[in-house]
Amino acid sequence: MQVRGLNFYYGNVRAITDVNLDVPEHRIVAIIGPSGCGKSTLLRTLNRMSDFVRRSRMDGEVLLDGENIYGTTVDVVDVRRRVGMVFQRPNPFPKSIYENVAFGPRMLGIRNRGDLDGIVERSLRGAALWNEVCDKLKESGLALSGGQQQRLCIARAIAMEPEVILMDEPASALDPVATSKIEDLMRELRENYSIVIVTHNMQQAMRISDETAFMNVNNQRSGHIVEVGPTKRIFTDPQQKETEDYITGRFG
Amino acid sequence: MSDRPTISIRTVPSHLGRRRLVNTIMLGITGALAVAAVIPLVWIVAHVAAEGARFISPTFFTDVPKPVGVSGGGIGNAIVGSAIVVGIACVIAVPVGIAAAIYSYDNATRPLGIVIRFSTDVLSGIPSIIMGIFAYAVVVVPQGHFSALSGGFALAVIMLPIVLRTAEEMLNLVPRSLREGALALGAPRWRTSLRVLLPAAMSGVVTGIMLGISRVAGEAAPMIFTAFGNPFYAADITQPMATLPHTIFVYAISPYKDLHDKAWTTALVLIVLVLGLNLAARLFTRWRLKKMGWK
Repeated sequence: MQVRGLNFYYGNVRAITDVNLDVPEHRIVAIIGPSGCGKSTLLRTLNRMSDFVRRSRMDGEVLLDGENIYGTTVDVVDVRRRVGMVFQRPNPFPKSIYENVAFGPRMLGIRNRGDLDGIVERSLRGAALWNEVCDKLKESGLALSGGQQQRLCIARAIAMEPEVILMDEPASALDPVATSKIEDLMRELRENYSIVIVTHNMQQAMRISDETAFMNVNNQRSGHIVEVGPTKRIFTDPQQKETEDYITGRFG
Repeated sequence: MSDRPTISIRTVPSHLGRRRLVNTIMLGITGALAVAAVIPLVWIVAHVAAEGARFISPTFFTDVPKPVGVSGGGIGNAIVGSAIVVGIACVIAVPVGIAAAIYSYDNATRPLGIVIRFSTDVLSGIPSIIMGIFAYAVVVVPQGHFSALSGGFALAVIMLPIVLRTAEEMLNLVPRSLREGALALGAPRWRTSLRVLLPAAMSGVVTGIMLGISRVAGEAAPMIFTAFGNPFYAADITQPMATLPHTIFVYAISPYKDLHDKAWTTALVLIVLVLGLNLAARLFTRWRLKKMGWK
């Protein structure tokens, strides 16, 4: 997935300026930066969830397998199917664990019970949740703990077998134990998916990501990418003064 | 700093005794008014029960009316008739109301969404007798005679704004994050509303439907122009049909003591049925919430 020359406007305010970003396959890209710099906004343009923001517009391109997801012939539903998303707060549907995971596949017309059973098990295993819930699939997804709920949401996303998974601070509402489980899970998911994660937690970015993009607001208060590169280099040898100030805590 | 003299708050007396007294008085007033608010319900139920229970018997629920002076007779036809007419109203108002609520929720700022909300507010303020006359004009007149169908239609129009507005409000109470979750999976908006938001809001929507039913089940005025009444059991919805509130009305304005008594008993039956329905709906939604883990 590649982002090319992306600008995003809320009304007349340019929230994101000229973003270019590559998301290589089977890599985790972390987006870090101060609050309000447009990290989440950028993330939401990558699966067109930004379409729902009223009076907003964007220009530039987001290429998925070389095709612009904002192209006129592209079906937005298809884009979201191929680019999954996990939100800041776990948001399982008020349905059973099974139905949460089966929601997407059912939507695609899969009715066969055996097929659905297989997808549900595979997805829950993929989200490292199967062993904890295999004997209570009929119970409500809301009965799970916060960390389990978030893994259920990940299972729900990977049931669609997306190419890219977007994660918007997926662990910020979780305790350290649950967070570490999610991070372990992300390392496993990397084998099969490309991941873009927005995080406020720089240690987290350091621990899990292959590449890091640092975003900041420019003097027009618009978000842009200051620097992007291999995570190790960004944190040990930042090329920009701004990046260095931020990661060393001298920001502001 | 200004030159104005300032006082130290710590030196201000706290009048603890007086504050406690005022608190007690205010608590007493609000408590007394709270009790006063419950009185009408208790009074109505107690009075109707006292007047109506004297003549209740098993055959009252199953028999059709008998001529004045002949002992026995019941309102079986009106109970069945009310169920049918209210059922017709539900069949019309519930799907239309919920579908319109989903549209209005999804398109709150679009012109049609605004029009829907405004017009349902106006509609809910129109007196029910007008709905009866309306149903008379558009159903009874073309049909050539009174019918259960026209009664159901009139009640549907009364019920529609209640179902629509409660359903929309309940949809609005569903966390936005659920909607995002479904949309991010590639669900189209209609599917998101129908399969995720509506089930999540279902208990509230059911309550809205029950409110609507309770409201229309007691409507006598529109029935005068529509379902009209029928002294026999009737199942043909194209024909006139007896209903409970209309029966109460007819009996109550009659000159016979016997029918006045039956009006009270019918009123009791109506109240018990509506309250029972409400209770059942509440138990159902509580059970459902528990099952979904919302508690």
